[in-house]
Amino acid sequence: MGKILMKGNEAIARAAMLGGLEAFFGYPITPQNEVPEYLSRYLLEEGKVFVQAESEVAAINMVYGAAAAGFRTMTSSSSPGIALKQEGITYLCGSELPCVISSVMRGGPGLGSIQPSQSDYNQATRGGGNGDYHVIVFGPETIQETIDILKEAFDIADYYRNPVMVLVDGLIGQMMESVDLTKPVKKRFLPEKDYAANGTKNHPGERHIINSLYLESNELEHHNLSLKKKYDLATANETRVELINMNDPDYVIVAFGTMARVCRSAIEKLAEKNIRVGMIRPISLWPFPSSVFETMDAPHLKGILCVEMNLGMMLTDVLVANNGRHSVGFFGRAGGVVPDPDEVVDAILHFNERVVK
Amino acid sequence: MEVKYKKTKGLTDSPLSYCPGCTHGIIHKLVAEVLEELGVLGESIVIASVGCSVFSYRFFNCDAVQSAHGRACAVATGIKRNLPDHVVFTYQGDGDLASIGIAETIHAANRGENITVIFVNNAIYGMTGGQMAPTSLIGQKTTTSPMGRMAEVHGSPLHISEIFSQIDRVAYLERVSVFNPRQVRNAKNAIRKAFTYQVEKRGFTMVEVLSSCPVNWGMTPVDSLKWIEEKMVPVFPLKVFKDKGVENNV
Repeated sequence: MGKILMKGNEAIARAAMLGGLEAFFGYPITPQNEVPEYLSRYLLEEGKVFVQAESEVAAINMVYGAAAAGFRTMTSSSSPGIALKQEGITYLCGSELPCVISSVMRGGPGLGSIQPSQSDYNQATRGGGNGDYHVIVFGPETIQETIDILKEAFDIADYYRNPVMVLVDGLIGQMMESVDLTKPVKKRFLPEKDYAANGTKNHPGERHIINSLYLESNELEHHNLSLKKKYDLATANETRVELINMNDPDYVIVAFGTMARVCRSAIEKLAEKNIRVGMIRPISLWPFPSSVFETMDAPHLKGILCVEMNLGMMLTDVLVANNGRHSVGFFGRAGGVVPDPDEVVDAILHFNERVVK
Repeated sequence: MEVKYKKTKGLTDSPLSYCPGCTHGIIHKLVAEVLEELGVLGESIVIASVGCSVFSYRFFNCDAVQSAHGRACAVATGIKRNLPDHVVFTYQGDGDLASIGIAETIHAANRGENITVIFVNNAIYGMTGGQMAPTSLIGQKTTTSPMGRMAEVHGSPLHISEIFSQIDRVAYLERVSVFNPRQVRNAKNAIRKAFTYQVEKRGFTMVEVLSSCPVNWGMTPVDSLKWIEEKMVPVFPLKVFKDKGVENNV
């Protein structure tokens, strides 16, 4: 099959099906409605499970149930809805259950707007659930990359027995691009789901219990440390980043998702002015690609500009990763405003006014 | 020598964590016996809720999933939709079901999820130390209603079975209790019917069981059973609210 034209949200739904989605649970919220709408038709046509839940809270807990029973399951939502799912996400992590969550960001806080934004970077990478846990988060830049990551996301979730979030903004959800659904993705060895609560008749003599409760402090700490080992492994193996134009740059931009697209245009415009600007584009937002900041070879670097569609969230990760080596500046627009490439050009031209640290 | 009575295979050997005189143990036994008698233990999955019965995943001798507070019916939905031939049931108290989890429960009922809900109503939050529940009686003293529950301040006891009896896709709904041997037998019949209907794929089934909490009610176990009979039953009458099996036979 060649390339077809597809809307971002529908591509999310189709790619999830190609990734092996067996059960979807969701609740309507703009700007991601085409995801459940698409699946309510096509997933059911394949004899799989689709339920429109009574709330986002219920939807993520249905996901918890489906994952507990050993099925490939997913929910999709947007900013205020993802806020409601945090309870379920920490339980999924605590009980070591895999699932995929697609988050199509809109402006906030509160009801905010329905325009594209990146102001849920912290919500995705830090989370709002209780306890020591991490969600593996990817922030793709194009619909094609969203598809490729989603097709692999269920494997990654199963491998680590942990939720995987694919974080895009409303622009990627609502735009159309030509895409190839058939691009092969990395295959990995996945063990049997020998934890699934699917009845002792399927595993005689052994009860399967899905649980996140450990009342003894030592037992819970043991569990916490075992989760940490898993997160360390994910940090070592799942960190993804694209380095663009990094040959002796004057400046380096750090941007992800839609913002990286805008920055690509800005970098071309700056090249016309003989200003060499490279870009670090984190694809995995957690784990964050900190190590590229350490190994960066840029003897003439004047500064690093973090560019986001929020007022400075990934900036914290950039500052930590930079560890004081270079001057770091920030440019961001909030509230659903997508910056123009010229604004980014201007921020580089007046970098000194943008310096944070 | 002939064995006349022995522990059901539906329960594990794990010691129950319930307080002395609490009737959770009886209700556990009834559910476990029914699962054994129906021969469905191997395909059963219990959803443990948050509250006194949080450890029920240790006690029922089948697969188990511990859920977040109030979300048991959502979790059960996620399992049952994927495993439609399995027996999926939740075991929830009044705080879990009637307060924080009423949305999940009422919508599971309205979708006609083919699951069984064992709803244990003891009119109080037991696990957290005796706070007022949605089902606490008017005048009932709890740690958060120390002058007694007042309708004008706290609202009146929520009648869950009466509310759920209005839902079309509920196949079986009965309120029972366990305050004397006759009521225990009735309760077991209701639980058996609920699980049988689930096996027959008739839809959502729920059994509300009026249960005791001697420690948090501040009563002896015997007085607690009397309190169920004399104080709770007049507010929460024992009856079959819905039986689609009978309706269909008429």
